[in-house]
Amino acid sequence: MLTKDSTSDSANSAGQVLDFKDVTKVFKSGNRSVEALQGVSFQVRPGVITGLIGPDGAGKTTIMRLAAGLLIPSSGRITFFGVDILQHPSRVQSSLGYMPQHFGLYEDLTVRENLDLYADLQGVGHSERPARYSQLLDMTGLAPFTSRLAGQLSGGMKQKLGLACTLVRSPSLLLLDEPTVGVDPVSRRELWAIVGGLVKSEGMSVLLSTAYLDEAERCSWVVLFHEGKILGEGTPMNFSAPMKGRTFSVSASGIQKRSMQQRLMDNPSVVDAVIQGEQVRVVVKSGVQTDAESLLPGAGDVMLREVEPRFEDGFISLLRERVAETSQRMSFDIGELSSSQALSAASGPIIKVQDLERRFGDFYAVRGITFDVGRGEIFGLLGANGAGKSTTFRMLCGLLPASGGTLRVAGLDLRHSAATARGRIGYMSQKFSLYGMLSVLENLQFFGSAYGLDRRRRATRIDWALEQFELQPVSSDTSADLPLGYKQRLALACALMHEPDILFLDEPTSGVDPLARREFWRRISALAERGITVMVTTHFMEEAEYCDRLAIMAAGEILALGTPEQIKDRMRTDSQPEPTMEDAFIGLLEEHERMEANAA
Amino acid sequence: MSETSQSLPPPPVRFGSLMRMNGLIRKEFLQILRDPSSIAIAFLMPFFLLLLFGYGVSLDAEHVPVALVVEAPDPETASLAGSFMASRYFSPTVYSRMSEAITAMNERRADAIVHLRSDFGRMIYSSGGAPIQVIIEGSDANTGRLVSGYIEGTVQIWLAQQARFKGQSLQAPVDMRPRIWFNSEVRSQNFLVPGLIAVIMTLIGALLTSMVVAREWERGTMEALAVTPVTMTEILLGKLIPYFILGMGGMILAVSMAYFLFEVPLRGSLWLLIATSALFLLVALGMGLLISIIARNQFVAGQVAIIVTFLPAFILSGFIFDIASMPVGVQVITHLIAARYYVAILQTIFLAGDIWSVIVPNTMALFVMAVFFLGVSRRKARKRLD
Repeated sequence: MLTKDSTSDSANSAGQVLDFKDVTKVFKSGNRSVEALQGVSFQVRPGVITGLIGPDGAGKTTIMRLAAGLLIPSSGRITFFGVDILQHPSRVQSSLGYMPQHFGLYEDLTVRENLDLYADLQGVGHSERPARYSQLLDMTGLAPFTSRLAGQLSGGMKQKLGLACTLVRSPSLLLLDEPTVGVDPVSRRELWAIVGGLVKSEGMSVLLSTAYLDEAERCSWVVLFHEGKILGEGTPMNFSAPMKGRTFSVSASGIQKRSMQQRLMDNPSVVDAVIQGEQVRVVVKSGVQTDAESLLPGAGDVMLREVEPRFEDGFISLLRERVAETSQRMSFDIGELSSSQALSAASGPIIKVQDLERRFGDFYAVRGITFDVGRGEIFGLLGANGAGKSTTFRMLCGLLPASGGTLRVAGLDLRHSAATARGRIGYMSQKFSLYGMLSVLENLQFFGSAYGLDRRRRATRIDWALEQFELQPVSSDTSADLPLGYKQRLALACALMHEPDILFLDEPTSGVDPLARREFWRRISALAERGITVMVTTHFMEEAEYCDRLAIMAAGEILALGTPEQIKDRMRTDSQPEPTMEDAFIGLLEEHERMEANAA
Repeated sequence: MSETSQSLPPPPVRFGSLMRMNGLIRKEFLQILRDPSSIAIAFLMPFFLLLLFGYGVSLDAEHVPVALVVEAPDPETASLAGSFMASRYFSPTVYSRMSEAITAMNERRADAIVHLRSDFGRMIYSSGGAPIQVIIEGSDANTGRLVSGYIEGTVQIWLAQQARFKGQSLQAPVDMRPRIWFNSEVRSQNFLVPGLIAVIMTLIGALLTSMVVAREWERGTMEALAVTPVTMTEILLGKLIPYFILGMGGMILAVSMAYFLFEVPLRGSLWLLIATSALFLLVALGMGLLISIIARNQFVAGQVAIIVTFLPAFILSGFIFDIASMPVGVQVITHLIAARYYVAILQTIFLAGDIWSVIVPNTMALFVMAVFFLGVSRRKARKRLD
C-alpha cells in the first residue's frame, strides 16, 4: 500500500523506522533547567514492537513527543525512514499514528464523530471509510457503542477508541505513550492483543512506552530508561537470560511472609526479594553460592526452589548496579508508640463495614459491601478505575457520608463522630497532596500543626520524619521539584505526623520506580508489624501480594475477599495450575460479567 | 497492507485541506452545541446583559427621593412643592423641620434636601429674592450633579410660572432652552445598548475562543491534532470560522433586542453596522487566539481574557464612562482598546447615522488591530509543545 520514496536519503539508517542519534533535551523553566534526556541513541526496528520501559520522569513522554515532532531536540538528530523530523515535520507526521497519554479524544463527541474527525484529518476518503471503520470497531469491540459520547466510555473503552482514531489511516509507525496506565488488567490484555495483531497482519512498527515491567516481556525489543539515560537495550530475553540460576522461590515454615522478605532483603547477597503467594521470590547476586542456611540463617525448614527468571529481575539488578546509594538495606524505625495506641491494642476489628452503600442519584458507586479489618493488618482494595475503591476510601475516612449501612472505624461510628475518627486516621492520596510551593520542612510543619501537635511533639516528629524517611538532605527543597520517589516519601511522612492508628493509602505507588516501590512497601510492612492498620488501593497486581487480605471490587461490589492465596485458589484449574494475581483478577471479572449477562 | 514499509510514504492528497477544515468546523459546532458553558457564554450571558442594561441600569436620575423642608407653609411653598410632586424626576417628602430631613438623608431615605426657610413666602417677591438651601447627597458624583441640575431647573421653571401668574418679572436673567441632539429623549438605553454589543462580541470572540483553545491543550487533544497532517493555519481557521459565526449571531441577537425591545433608533445603515461588526469580531478573535497560544490552561486563559479584553471593553471603551472626561493618562491607554473604536462606530451608526468622518478613522484602527492580532497569532502558533 505504501510506495517507496526515492527522494529520501536512507544512507546511514537503512532499514530503521526511527533513529535517535545522541539526542538531548533540556527544559528551561525560569532560571532552572532540567535535562530530561542526556545523549540518547536507539532505533525502532520495522515490523516489531519496541518498548520504552522506565518509571515516571525517566523521559519516556519526552521521547514520544520528540518522535512525533512535537518537541525540538536540544541537540542530536532524529530521523524517520532517513528523513530528518525537524526539517520535514508534516511529511513525517502524515505517516505517524500517535496516541498521547490521555488518548486525545473529544469527550463531548460520540465514538463515531471522533472517528469521523480523525478520518477527515488523516484524509481517509469517504469510500474507504465503511470498511476501515467496521474493521476498527470489530477489533476494539466498540461496534455497539458508536453513538455513545466518548466521555461516557469506561477507561478501557476510551483507550481502545483512542487507538482506533490513530489507526483510521494505517500508519507506518504507531507511537503509544503509556497506553495502559490507569486501565484495568482486562483492557490491558486486550490492548496488547490488538497491537500484537496489527504488527502481525499489517507489519506495523510500534513504539510503546510503559511503566509496567511485565509488559516488557511482550515487546520484541526493549529500551530501558532511568532518569533520562538509557540503562540498557535488547530483547527481553537478553535481560532475563543472565539471571538464570540466580532466581529462587523461598518458603519457610514458621516465619511470616513479610518478615521473611525483610530478612532476605537485608541479606547482602540478595539483589531482590518480593512476596509471591506464601513464598518469597529471591534474586541473588551473580556468583553467590546459594543455600537455605546462607539465605535465612537460623531459620529451620527452609525450602529453596529455582524458578524461571523474568524481565523484571534483570531490570532490578541493572538498577541496583547503577544506583549505588540504594537504600535497600535501610532501617526504618517508626518510633515509640503513643499511649492511645498502646491502650487500645485490644482485639477485635478496627474497621467494621456492613452493607455499606453509596448512591449518586440513581447510580450505585458502592453497593452493599461488608468486610472487617483487624489491627495491624494490611488490607488491599483491588479494582479497575470506577470500581468503587476511592468512594469506599472516602467514606472510611469520613470525607463522604454513606447512603446506607454501618461503618465503624477505630470503634467510632462515622455517622456521629467522623471528626474524632479522622484524628486517628492518616491519609495519603494518589496525587500526594503536598503543598508544592512549600519546602519539605514546611510541609511537615504544616501537617504537624494541622493535626494539632504541640510544639515539642511537632519538633520530635519532624526530626523523626526527616531521619527515617531520609529527607534531611532535601529538607529545604521546594517539594514540587522533588523526584516522585521523594514526594511519595514526604507524603507518607506527612500522613504519619500524628501517629495514626490507621493508614489509608490511595494508589500510593503509581508511577514510582520499582526500587522506590520496594522501599515503600518495606516501610509499610514495618508499620503493620508495629500494630498500625493499613488500607491500600493499588492497580499493581503484584503489590496485592503484600496484603494480608484483600477485596477485589467491580461495579461497586466485592467479587472476592480473602488472603491472596485464597483468591488465587479460586481460579486454580488444571489448565492454569499457578495463576498469578492478574490471572485471578481477570478470571473473577469475567465470571462477574458472565453472571451479569445471564441476569440481564 | 501486509507489506512492511521501508520508506516515507508520499505526502497526502491535495484536496485533503478542504476535508480537514470541514472536519474541524463540524467538530467545533458539535462541541458548542453539547457544552452548556459555551451556550451560556454565547447566548445566555448576552441575553441577560442586555436585559440588565436595558432595564436595570439607567444613568438617568428619576424618582429621586427629595426631602422638602417647609418651615412655614403658605400658598407659595405649596405651589413649589406641587412642582416637585408633578415632576417625574422627584418623589418628594415634606418635612417641617430641617433636623428631620437630615435624619432622612443619613438613613438614605432622601438623596437631596430642599430647604425653604420660614421667610420664603415673604422674601420671594422682594428685590433680593428668597434664598433656597439645597443639600445634595454626593457619594455618587454623577447622580449628584444630575439631581442638582434638575432641582435648579425645577425651581427656575416654577419661578417663571410664578412671574407670569403675578404679571411681574423675577430673577430669571437668562432664558435657556436646551435642545438635545442624537438622543433627543435623553434615554441612557439609547447609548448603553449599542455599546453593549461591543462587550458581547468581546465575550464570544476573546473569552470563549481563548478558553476553548486552552481546553484543547489541557485535555491533550491539541497534541493528538498536531500529529495529523492538519496545518496550523487549518487549526486556527477551524476555530476562527465557527466562533466568527457564533459572534455574528450574538451581534444579530443584540441588534434585534436593541431595535425591537428597547426601541433604540438605528439611523445609519444596517450593512455598515454588520461590516464594521465583522471587522471588530476579527480583532476580538485575534486577541482570543493570541491569549490561548500564550496561556495553555482554561483558568489562566479565562482570567487573562477577562482582564485584557472584557473589562477594558466595559470600562475603557466609552461604553459607560465618557472617554473625554477620563484623566489624560487613561485616555492615552484607551487608544489600545479595540472596543473603544467599535463603540464609537456603534453609537454613531445607531444614534447619528453614517457619519463617515467618524466611521472611517475608527474602522481603519480596527483594521490595523485585526491584522496585528491575527498576524501575530499565526506567527506564534506552532504545532509544537515547546
